[in-house]
Amino acid sequence: MYVAVKGGERAIANAHRLLAEERRGDRSVAELSLAQIDQQLGLAVDRVMIEGSLYDRELAALAIKQARGDLIEAIFLARAYRTTLHRFGASRPIDTDGMAIRRRVSATFKDIPGGQILGATFDYTHRLLDFGLAGADADGAKAPSNPAEPGAAAGAESGGDLAALGGRLPRVIEILDRDGLIEPEEPDSDRRAVGDLTREPVEFPAARDVRLQSLARADEGFTLALGYATQRGYGRNHPFAGEIRVGEVEVEIVPEELGFPISIGEITVTECQMVNQFKGSATAPPQFTRGYGLVFGHAERKAMTMALVDRALRCRELGETPASPAQDEEFVLYHGDNVEASGFVQHLKLPHHVDFQSELVLIRTLRSEAEARAR
Amino acid sequence: MDADRPLLRARGVTRYYGARIGCRDVGLDLWPGEVLGIVGESGSGKTTLLGCLCGRLAPSGGTVEFTQRDGIVVDIPTLPEPALRKLARTDWGVVHQNPRDGLRLGVSAGANVGERLMALGARHYGRIRQTAADWLGRVEIDRGRIDDWPETFSSGMQQRLQIARTLVTEPRLVFMDEPTGGLDVSVQARLLDLLRRLVTDLGLAAVIVTHDLAVTRLLAHRLLVMRGGEAVEWGLTDQVLDDPQHPYTQLLVSSVLHP
Amino acid sequence: MSHYNFAFLDEQTKRMIRRAILKAVAIPGYQVPFGSREMPLSYGWGTGGVQVTASVIGPDDVLKVIDQGADDTTNAVSIRRFFERTTRVRTTTRTDTATLIQTRHRIPETPLAEGQIVVFQVPIPEPLRWLEPRETETRKMHALEEYGVMHVRLYEDITRHGHVETAYDYPVLVNGRYIMRPSPIPKFDNPKLDRSPALLLFGAGREKRIYAVPPFTAVRSLDFEDHPFAIERWDQTCALCGAADVFMDEIVVDDKGGRMFVCSDTDFCERRRGR
Repeated sequence: MYVAVKGGERAIANAHRLLAEERRGDRSVAELSLAQIDQQLGLAVDRVMIEGSLYDRELAALAIKQARGDLIEAIFLARAYRTTLHRFGASRPIDTDGMAIRRRVSATFKDIPGGQILGATFDYTHRLLDFGLAGADADGAKAPSNPAEPGAAAGAESGGDLAALGGRLPRVIEILDRDGLIEPEEPDSDRRAVGDLTREPVEFPAARDVRLQSLARADEGFTLALGYATQRGYGRNHPFAGEIRVGEVEVEIVPEELGFPISIGEITVTECQMVNQFKGSATAPPQFTRGYGLVFGHAERKAMTMALVDRALRCRELGETPASPAQDEEFVLYHGDNVEASGFVQHLKLPHHVDFQSELVLIRTLRSEAEARAR
Repeated sequence: MDADRPLLRARGVTRYYGARIGCRDVGLDLWPGEVLGIVGESGSGKTTLLGCLCGRLAPSGGTVEFTQRDGIVVDIPTLPEPALRKLARTDWGVVHQNPRDGLRLGVSAGANVGERLMALGARHYGRIRQTAADWLGRVEIDRGRIDDWPETFSSGMQQRLQIARTLVTEPRLVFMDEPTGGLDVSVQARLLDLLRRLVTDLGLAAVIVTHDLAVTRLLAHRLLVMRGGEAVEWGLTDQVLDDPQHPYTQLLVSSVLHP
Repeated sequence: MSHYNFAFLDEQTKRMIRRAILKAVAIPGYQVPFGSREMPLSYGWGTGGVQVTASVIGPDDVLKVIDQGADDTTNAVSIRRFFERTTRVRTTTRTDTATLIQTRHRIPETPLAEGQIVVFQVPIPEPLRWLEPRETETRKMHALEEYGVMHVRLYEDITRHGHVETAYDYPVLVNGRYIMRPSPIPKFDNPKLDRSPALLLFGAGREKRIYAVPPFTAVRSLDFEDHPFAIERWDQTCALCGAADVFMDEIVVDDKGGRMFVCSDTDFCERRRGR
């Protein structure tokens, strides 16, 4: 005698318990601390902050721990938490001109005022697995053969006296800007308020502020693939890395009661300015065009691909015919959000047996009609 | 309906591409049931002019007035997009040079012809299908192909299908851009014959852009000759072709190969 | 959950969603864009429905949550627990005593009554999406009633198969004006939409749209005069309660292909069996 299946509630509770056990893993192995994740898996923490749109290293580390290292799941946790936070205002725009530089490079000129500062980067490492890191005691066992010289921590490659520049590194782009070689980047004069795609749904055609927001929090794999595609000819825009900066900036707000700005803290950001294909017209001489990327933490790949796709999406305003997916605004803005994408893809695991039953009824009808005709 | 008003009246239509002239200061009148041919070589501005007339391009200057079924006159360049789209679905038809631009490739021939009927509220499958089949017959496509996809048709057949799809709701004004372009000579001749019959049977008004004088000879009542963006000569087709006044028209006419 | 607001969402957000709901009710079948928030449930798993429910639920409501017609399927359990934790509102499995019903893929068999609200979970709100991936274009088509293409699709189905090929999420015309997707309910349930005494609300979280059918509104499934809309039928009756003319789940009972059919609506079935 068939009894209708029950116990869904109990099954879910048991599934949660099993998940908690698997998350912890073998109890004879030391439990991960949030500090360990933050310090030693710092780039994972950065990614969760960027795509979670939430600057909080500790929360991001917690999310990574709870998500067992599945970064998209961790990003989901960060976003869901973000929803509950009270929004009491917007900061002033951060001043990346005055960034406390940790790393700063440019591919457009050999030498620039302030120098090419390599900072801590994987770029020139040889990708050889370092088995010295395998032990739990890698610090003690292996002292660096060439300890970093004091003062050379930044790995400056060439000259340029930082002190002489007043501690502020001038913009490489400014070199081009001064001669009118690159399109000026100015806020629109008829400016309405900056959009916020976490508050209002995107309307198309989308303005650049919303496009940049969407790209900043988009899945890194997605922007990487699209940026790569533009380089390979799917909407080529001849990019040069004008300047990439990594470092700390102040975050300032202007509380109503005070009426003047106060600093509420410091965040690390990565900024990329691309110099792209020049454009001219019958009336205006040619100028280089721009692409822009800005993300939390140290994430050059993301900032660079963001700048490539930003430039590709500006095709409309620059009079270029969109021909590739990277230039298709609706395609890019709709499919970059990995929390949305992951949810919808995985929703296929939900019961669909009612719709499937409808399909079965229909297909059986069609087949029996076909059979009847064949006879 | 004001008998003194033409169906379409253009004045001073000008369109620049940067510093280059697309067309300049062109005017024309089109009356119901009349076919106007716009001829010229490539670069003459005839396609630009057509674009300005049907609202696809925004002119830099000038007016294009169309008299709707209800008698109201609207200026096409300044008409809001919703109204323009509505016009395109009801009063107007467009026959594209490349039939694939005017067909829905993913659905059958019958659905292609029936779509405008369904857009206007036709809800009887059998009757829609019958009307579609009748129209396939009128454009000399084998009715047995009603369920086939346009991809499986020859380009001449695709063009005839496009015509059926456009004319099924009997629009008052049809814009055609090189309707026989890209077709074999014999196929062209057949298509022109068909168009001539349909225009007469339905009392259509049409604007036909072409570089081929033979097309205008066969289809157009009146002619406008374009060169370098300007209208250099206009008048009754036979008059213009048999007794061209402007040197450029004379050149055009004389350079047509005679068998 | 003590530091979360009643029903999880903050009051500002609820206000924003209610404004969208009011606009939706004022324009039956029209998709109203809204600032969908990230929820603790995955997009695609009912966040739209949850946000609508969270915005209309009050402490005196009695909530029922079903998925595939049953109260005990995993996602229904999960969503019901979410509301239990965030509202402490009374929940029920009974259709007749619920004031608010959130559902995925079914409308209950028990007839709805005036004063009830049904919230549907919607994956893809746009009925023209099959034809046109662009949002800019589909919005214009709705605004201009350019709906010819919907019937083109039905025409093609009939030409190819003799039947319309759509078995669920079958498009409808609401109040004679907007074409709407009723969410992936089987077409069997479409007739229940027409002039329903209940208020029907539709939430698409990922796609960020809300739409509504106010009580007693005409809802007509698209068809042709000579190929009228028809619903599914089974030869069998429910193996548990004997009901005919209900939507049935097909249960595979052995590995020789043995099957039995039972009511998809578990509450309805239990009520018939006197439980």
